[in-house]
Amino acid sequence: MMSIFPNLLNGAVITLQLLVVSMFFGLIIGLIFAILRVNKNPIINKFAYGYSYFFRGTPLLVQLYLIYYGLANIELLRNSLFWVIIKEPYWCAIIAFSLNTGAYTSEILRSAFQTIKKGYVEAAQSLGVTKKITFYRIQLPIAIKQSLPAYGNEIILMLKGTSLASVITIMDLMGEARKVNVLTFKPFEAFVTAGIIYLFITFIIHNIIRYLEKKYGFQT
Amino acid sequence: MELLSFGDTGWGDELFFATLMTIAVSVAAMAIGFLFALIFTPLKLSKNKTLNIIGNCYTTIIRGVPELLVIYLLFFGGTGAAMYVASIFGYDGYIEINAFITGALAIGIISGAYSTEVFRGAILSIDKGQFEASKVLGIKKSIQFYKIILPQMLRLSIPNLSNVWQIALKDTSLISVTGLVEIMRQSYIAAGSTRDPLFFYSVAAVLYLILTYLSMKLINKLEMKYSKGY
Repeated sequence: MMSIFPNLLNGAVITLQLLVVSMFFGLIIGLIFAILRVNKNPIINKFAYGYSYFFRGTPLLVQLYLIYYGLANIELLRNSLFWVIIKEPYWCAIIAFSLNTGAYTSEILRSAFQTIKKGYVEAAQSLGVTKKITFYRIQLPIAIKQSLPAYGNEIILMLKGTSLASVITIMDLMGEARKVNVLTFKPFEAFVTAGIIYLFITFIIHNIIRYLEKKYGFQT
Repeated sequence: MELLSFGDTGWGDELFFATLMTIAVSVAAMAIGFLFALIFTPLKLSKNKTLNIIGNCYTTIIRGVPELLVIYLLFFGGTGAAMYVASIFGYDGYIEINAFITGALAIGIISGAYSTEVFRGAILSIDKGQFEASKVLGIKKSIQFYKIILPQMLRLSIPNLSNVWQIALKDTSLISVTGLVEIMRQSYIAAGSTRDPLFFYSVAAVLYLILTYLSMKLINKLEMKYSKGY
């Protein structure tokens, strides 16, 4: 029992790395697409909708396989500079996870934008605040604060999603658990221990979000 | 397009049956999830502390652990457990549990946890006056549940259950790791033998999109039908 624990902890470090990096890129992508979604231009609007529809309507595993196996099929990409990134399973996983969580994040932010009371915007307008400043200083901060609970759920969903990295040979927590299972033929020990570590990480994320909610939460 | 033709030369029929398999697993998983939810929702709402803790443990653990982990645990652990139980009864051979059953059970346990939360929310949002009124009228507890609470609970939970269904549908792709030939596994096989992963995984993505789109349409219709009069 004790001997498998260090291995699993090493895997947990990779899992956390995957989570943090893809959440970071995902947040940027989500913000950009949320802003595109509330854009009045129908083409931009539709494009952003199509993006989020695709990534929310297909399983993460399909997206991961498309990027890991699929992109390598394109001759043009194989000869380009991008090959340095795409040939690494680690970066493929990051790309897939970022795009996936970006789609969900943009949806969360969009709904937060739409629930902002009109009064705030109107008040800003009547005070002569320009549209740009209204957006960046009033609407955006409120939207971010309002979407904290939903975003917390998204982080936990993504933590669970990172376990898929193990199917493209990354030795994250799930990958290590699989290795232990194969080496020792003890599925219960391997997967239950990994499960406890996952639960522990979930618990910590949950509490951090709850703390942030208390501190920065926004009531309308 | 030749690759997608039906018959021996293309992968069209294989992918078609794989899609049916995905639907079958999702429906079976959803039904199992319903059973779990019907068992655990009363536990979560119960005033008894021990029962309450059991209900909370189920939803917390399942929702906090990766889906893949549940599938692996059932797939690798299930065989061992079945063989252990069989050995008690004097059977020592190798038992392999059907991938369909393991998969449906795993996704069922997962979607059950989400359904439990949905049902709990729906029951809590039913007006308290209705519980009191039925009590005053002397309606038996079981009849109160089946005739008053359950129909309302089902109606209120349709929108959220549609989310659970979408999650279950997408989670079935994970069962491919156990070798069950559904959309994902079939595309993996096809991609391997034709060396055209980009094409086949795109097809898989499109198939999933069609499934999610159609099920959304269907659920919207259901929702319209059952919210008549509200």
